Amino acid sequence: MATLRMREALRDAMAEEMRRDEAVLVMGEDVAVFQGAFKVTEGLLDEFGERRVRDTPISENTIVGAGIGAAMGGLRPIVELMTVNFSLLALDQIINHAAAIPYMFNGQARVPMVVRMPGGGGHQLGPTHSHSLEALFLQVPGLLVACPSTPADGKALLKAAIRDDNPVIFIEHESLYGTRGEVADEVEDGSPALRFGEAAVRREGSDVTIVGILKMAHIAEDAARVLADEHKVEAEVIDPRTLRPLDLDTILESVRKTNRAVIVEEGWPHGGVGANLATLITEQAFDHLDAPVQRVTGADVHMPYSRRLEQASIPHEEHVVSAALAALEGSI
Amino acid sequence: MADLPDATTSYELLARMALIRRFEEEAGRQYQRAKAGGFLHLAIGEEATIVGTTSVMRDEDYLIGTYRTHGHAIARGTDPKRVMAELFGRVDGTSGGRGGSMHIFDGERRFMGGYGIVGGNLPIAAGLALSADYKGEDAVTVCMFGDGASNTGNFGETMNLAKLWSLPVLFLVENNLYGMGTAVERHSAQTDLSKKAEGYGIPGHRIDGMDVLAVRASVAEGIRLAREERRPTLIEAFTYRYRGHSAADPEVYREREEVEEWQEKDPIEGFARRCIEAGVLGERELQEVRDKADATVLAAVEFADASAEPALDTLYENLYVLDSEHAWYAVDERSPEPHRGEHEGEMPDAARELAEAGAAYAEQSPDGPRPNPAVHGDAELGVEPEVSEEVEDIVPPAQQRRGES
Repeated sequence: MATLRMREALRDAMAEEMRRDEAVLVMGEDVAVFQGAFKVTEGLLDEFGERRVRDTPISENTIVGAGIGAAMGGLRPIVELMTVNFSLLALDQIINHAAAIPYMFNGQARVPMVVRMPGGGGHQLGPTHSHSLEALFLQVPGLLVACPSTPADGKALLKAAIRDDNPVIFIEHESLYGTRGEVADEVEDGSPALRFGEAAVRREGSDVTIVGILKMAHIAEDAARVLADEHKVEAEVIDPRTLRPLDLDTILESVRKTNRAVIVEEGWPHGGVGANLATLITEQAFDHLDAPVQRVTGADVHMPYSRRLEQASIPHEEHVVSAALAALEGSI
Repeated sequence: MADLPDATTSYELLARMALIRRFEEEAGRQYQRAKAGGFLHLAIGEEATIVGTTSVMRDEDYLIGTYRTHGHAIARGTDPKRVMAELFGRVDGTSGGRGGSMHIFDGERRFMGGYGIVGGNLPIAAGLALSADYKGEDAVTVCMFGDGASNTGNFGETMNLAKLWSLPVLFLVENNLYGMGTAVERHSAQTDLSKKAEGYGIPGHRIDGMDVLAVRASVAEGIRLAREERRPTLIEAFTYRYRGHSAADPEVYREREEVEEWQEKDPIEGFARRCIEAGVLGERELQEVRDKADATVLAAVEFADASAEPALDTLYENLYVLDSEHAWYAVDERSPEPHRGEHEGEMPDAARELAEAGAAYAEQSPDGPRPNPAVHGDAELGVEPEVSEEVEDIVPPAQQRRGES
């Protein structure tokens, strides 16, 4: 067991998989000499050389497309896009190609590629560098979507993603790169400690279920502590960890117990992760709900630069506490 | 003019081109009979560019193309039966009926796909070339695309990457003079497309894409440069499609005379004539080529017709790769009991009934020729058009209408 920052955990995942499998390579803007815009690929060039750690031109669609071709040719590329926002330049290759190819060619081709990208607000990066687009990728059949919130999950899920034969959208949060956490040492065969589609119950409780992803998984836990300390409300906090596949069973099980649900995300409200999950909960656990499902989302705006406005656009623990109390209204 | 190759090679070139021509003609006919759906892009007239290219490729080389690639797959050795079955949307099709005409694929023969997004195949070609280079393999990737694709961002991005990484790739633009219905002069500021990669350090040259031997010579050299020297090049092959962009194309953008002029340069007739004149092939062989193509294509139609429709419980197959160690993915959460990729066979009865109800609509399309949206307009889709045997027959009504206005 070691204490690692998220960025170190992610780097270790890549390094371990690269040592294990010659077919794994890393490519992206500034991943080699610069060692990553967020220093996630630090040290990889030194250890693995330019053949396996490749700086690319600023050509997002082509970087991802080249990753697809490399994957179809038998490699296991990890493509880093500098931010989630830049992935919008690569949507053609991600959706029309990576996600579609295995299906439209009836399984003759595989795309074992991981596309890593950090997103999220809180750093005054403004309207074009702060997106949370989990919902966009969640919608696409053929993709897997991971959104880890802890260094341990980051490492385990990235290793699982690299070994998976499907294209994986791996979303990281810029604010979490520096957060520390306990990470298990590499086991002998190096196998990932976690499978896709396994949610984590971060805190057990019987009064309300709070589901949060990425940084909002931490906000959900913070809010749960406030709810317990100040309102005598025991919240159960769930981090889905992956959105496709989604461990709906764990969430439904919790909702059947608590009869209330709050979903927290940083993305936009319309057609969001919460909108989707609220529908699934309503469809499949309607009889167990004692209150409408509450959603806490980012504001329906383009992330403003002003620190004041930016913070006003991002969910905080107060919002989650308030949503949980609204779900509990009349019962406490 | 390049010398004719030996009799066996000449025969093979002619036979492949004739087979593709016959296949495409039949595909158009079957489309009119509503056996094939969607869009149908025929490569009639472009056979020399296709066959000239594939004839100098090794088995290990990758070929990647566009949405007009029935012929490319056949040239690569894919059984025409399976291509036709894909057009019919049947289970024996190259993609089991999931891809259709625009998405033919044959991994065994390293035909790495037809792609429906213009320019979408270029970055993938770079990646295939990277995989071969990375693994120290000799394989070269040949990437074919249309003149319209040279205007996409992918074109510039991919040229840059290919040169930067010295990838073993050959780019071949099949310049048939039109990006759908827009002439090259109207869609590309630089009409000499062979120059469009020069700024990236990729040299290009123009060839007669109607001359199978010219294509062979040029592509062979391009492949050699890619394989031996890791130098990507760009070839612009002038060719021409006799038919519309797709079967739903009223061809208002070009004159009949232009088509006829190009037909005089027909790649198959021209090559056959040369073979006869040089005494490399005789009339008997020519007849044999035609007869064989005819028999093969008719057998392909028969095969496609007899092939089963895809079973409904295969709807989710191959959406995900599920056979790796940890794979387990819920693929559809619509139903109260989510059915999972690995349990498709146990799909709940309710979901199965809904799928069957949806599929029943497939039976409701009228037999016989399909309405052509370009000719009849979407609003009139319900109106049954006149029965016509040939694709060409669908052109005059549009011209007529134009004449009236």
